[in-house]
Amino acid sequence: MNIMLLALMFTDASVGERAGAASLRANADLVGKLDLTDLCLFTEASYTRHLSLADLHTPFQNGPMSLEHFPSGSLAIPPAAIRKVNGKVD
Amino acid sequence: MEKWIERQRHLIDFTLSSLFRRKRKNAALVFVYMLVVFLLASVVFFVQSMKTESAAILKDAPDLIIQRMVAGRYEIIPMSYLEPVRLIRGVSSVRARLWGYYYDPVVGANYTLMVSENPDLAPGKIIVGEGVSRVRLVNAGDTIEFRTHTGEVIDLEIQNTLSSESAMVSSDLILVTEQDFRRLFGVPIGFATDLAVRIRNPREMPTVALKAAGLLPDTRQVLKDEILRTYDAVFDWRGGILVIILSGVLMAFGILAWDKASGLSSEERREIGILKAIGWETSDVLLMKFWEGMAISLASFFMGVMLAYVHVYFASAALFEPVLKGWSVLYPRFRMVPSLDFFELSVLFFLSVVPYTVATIIPAWKAATSDPDTVMR
Repeated sequence: MNIMLLALMFTDASVGERAGAASLRANADLVGKLDLTDLCLFTEASYTRHLSLADLHTPFQNGPMSLEHFPSGSLAIPPAAIRKVNGKVD
Repeated sequence: MEKWIERQRHLIDFTLSSLFRRKRKNAALVFVYMLVVFLLASVVFFVQSMKTESAAILKDAPDLIIQRMVAGRYEIIPMSYLEPVRLIRGVSSVRARLWGYYYDPVVGANYTLMVSENPDLAPGKIIVGEGVSRVRLVNAGDTIEFRTHTGEVIDLEIQNTLSSESAMVSSDLILVTEQDFRRLFGVPIGFATDLAVRIRNPREMPTVALKAAGLLPDTRQVLKDEILRTYDAVFDWRGGILVIILSGVLMAFGILAWDKASGLSSEERREIGILKAIGWETSDVLLMKFWEGMAISLASFFMGVMLAYVHVYFASAALFEPVLKGWSVLYPRFRMVPSLDFFELSVLFFLSVVPYTVATIIPAWKAATSDPDTVMR
């Protein structure tokens, strides 16, 4: 029974993947047409809305000791290069 | 072989009936076990889908974005920066993007306003994303009030809305004409927000970025690779708050499972003693315990995985929404495209099924190798 449901899940995934390809394509077209750079996931702050274009020192933009205060900021990890630079300080 | 299968069948029959005798206790364990697998599998499915989708959607993003930096902050960029970039060998096009953020005090949401080059969009008209239309309860033909940088209030009429299928990239988007954008934000003519560069050969992207940095020293270059890498890392489940929360749940479950699996109850000890006394061998008892562990962990694993599938792909990961949404008023509604990764599912399988099954065998082996008389006492 469980295995049958699992097989059904995989079948649904493969059907869904094919059906979703069209909407992904439409989204990619919109990205190309409007020159968009980011996903619209966290709209609470400018640097979480456009993660890839945010200032490099964003979490400290309000002062050197200011801590990240937007909840989604804790989901987005800093780029690897920055983590390496600050490795010894952190 | 047939005899071996028959033996296993009888053992499984016995194990299942033994499990049913303690059904309340085992049902509680299966429920908690399933919940842990459900949460972990939900994270795995969600992360996998987000990574796949962001890569598929952002593959057409500009190859290079050039921002002007002043005192470490990005500033509007003069249009005169456009020409030197266009002349770099390998650049196929450069477009000045005009975009910005607008805080709507009526609903407390942040919008992204962007200039559209769509010739059908007349001044005074806007095209809004699904999220804007939803939170402001507006549709084509309605107007939205905006306060300009001078404090003047202007009404812009919605020409149409972007399809809800594109919510993942356009939920908070408002497309305006250049004239309205400059009027709203006061960005002077001859300035843009940043430059979007398309490059003919993807392998030349770093070289073009280096050349642009040399020509325009006060700019910062963001390559498409960096954009894609950002989204690949954003939901890296090792770095997320979800896993920190889940680690507590995992540890609690670990203690529960270890306690349940490693310490046999007196009833279970007596059962093993009786089985030994009536002639069962140690290997039979171990096999029975093995099947018991397998039955519980496999059932929990399968149910947890399937519930996670329904949660992520049918309910749009509703449980994670409060975490992802944060304080934002506007959160896109989207249905994720299923993307199952066999490797990650097998890792989850080996991390959840194998330890529990092994943990059930060790105490059973201890009890089964003792004298039946001692065990029954």
